[in-house]
Amino acid sequence: MTEKILMKGNEAMVHAAIKAGCTFYAGYPITPQNEVPEQMSALMPKAGGIFIQAEAELSAINMIFGASAAGVRCMTSSSSPGIALKQEGISYIAGGELPCVIANVMRGGPGLGNIRASQADYFQSVKGGGHGDYKLIVLAPSTVQEMYDLTMDAFDYADHYRNPVLILADGITGQMVEPVELKDYKPILELPSKSGWILDGCKGREPHVVKTLFLESDDRLTKHNIHLQEKYQRIKDELCLCKEYKTEDAELFIAAYGITARVCKEAVDAARKLGYKVGIIQPVSLWPFPEKIFAKYKGKDFLVVEMSCGQMIEDVKLSLECKGKIHFMGCGGGWYPDTEQIVTKVKEIYGRS
Amino acid sequence: MKDDIKIAGHGGQGVVLAGSLIANAAMDQGLETCGMVSYGAEMRGGTANATVIISDKPIGSPVVVNPTTALILNEPSLKKFEESLVPGGIIIINTSECKKKVSRTDLEVVLIPATEIASELGNKKATNMVMIGAYIKKRGIIDIQVAIKTLKRVLGKKPELVEINQKALIKGAEQCM
Repeated sequence: MTEKILMKGNEAMVHAAIKAGCTFYAGYPITPQNEVPEQMSALMPKAGGIFIQAEAELSAINMIFGASAAGVRCMTSSSSPGIALKQEGISYIAGGELPCVIANVMRGGPGLGNIRASQADYFQSVKGGGHGDYKLIVLAPSTVQEMYDLTMDAFDYADHYRNPVLILADGITGQMVEPVELKDYKPILELPSKSGWILDGCKGREPHVVKTLFLESDDRLTKHNIHLQEKYQRIKDELCLCKEYKTEDAELFIAAYGITARVCKEAVDAARKLGYKVGIIQPVSLWPFPEKIFAKYKGKDFLVVEMSCGQMIEDVKLSLECKGKIHFMGCGGGWYPDTEQIVTKVKEIYGRS
Repeated sequence: MKDDIKIAGHGGQGVVLAGSLIANAAMDQGLETCGMVSYGAEMRGGTANATVIISDKPIGSPVVVNPTTALILNEPSLKKFEESLVPGGIIIINTSECKKKVSRTDLEVVLIPATEIASELGNKKATNMVMIGAYIKKRGIIDIQVAIKTLKRVLGKKPELVEINQKALIKGAEQCM
């Protein structure tokens, strides 16, 4: 067995980023993601990279715009209210097709909310929190090891598709300590050369332009949108990350992602001991949503569990074309499900159907 | 086999390090582990609490609502967490800083004057290690020899602290013989 060390999810993201060749980080402190800038400030200079504590979230995300335009692997992180502040910049980065990694360690909202874990930024992440028709690739880790692995992979997805990638974690996955194997970096995808578009000094060649303003002609921006949509379609065709647990003989399917999926797993084991045939579908890529996996179970009964008042449930319903009974369990503001509550809900559903 | 452990005391008693040592020792022994330090709006010197789950199976929820074991380092922590323990749970109390008695009758109570023991050994700050020693012996999941090795690894950068902490760990275990 390879050596494992204990660390927080937030710290694991930093180690993964640096191993993946990230050389620029800019961020602004906010609980519960403070270990990210803390560790970045300690490790990034040692790795020969740059750490900047920006004066605000807005400047941090625009520094990422700049670093990415210069061809550097770069990352920023924040928690819900801070990510909300970054939305303008995220829309620009997506519009400019700039690769970068953004981590959101979600906390309770709306507003300043609280510092407890939450999953209420799903809509913001997968539907586009900023303006315009754009998509982020959104990945949802549920263990500290996945915080590491998915962050590392995120840099490859970003460069491969020239698109920002969002790690959608929560206060618990960020704060919990688990053993993690600090795997070496090996690209998982072909990484196209950036030399054709990055801004690295144009001596001896035509200047490159990275921009999001298109006023040259009436249809210039339309063409750019069509190009973006074609890219998003390609990502949808190629990327589908999803885990299934005990679905082979399941009668009731629980849909949950991130930390909630872990609690559901425990609940499924407990429910099965009582004779209820329950399984889990755990989307790992939230965009693209694993529609194909859900479509296999069209017409079956579902229970969606989220630490929000019901957001992912919309994508579940769309994927299932609203066939079958689709139940919901969840609340916002730092509510956290426990195994017993989920088992009780399962019993309730069985009683009803 | 699964143990949901709550460690609680006041800031400076080494609650976080205690949680870290138990989790590291569990990992070194090949067990699954998941820990969390309370990250509420607490101030330095205020109350501190951490949870560690150790199990021979993959761990589901990392949140501990009803601990099976509690290490109570001071009196306010007893008030705060006594009710939450599962029936039949083990509660280990540092009687040097907690004079209050356990009011529940369905718990296994272990009373250790941990701070006094640590002071006698030469460093009051080793209170947490006395408590861990008692925990290891009482619960019998983690091997004390593994824990000593873990201690040396975790304190690798401060070898001068290994001796006193190791003594405290063993002394704590002896209290439960």
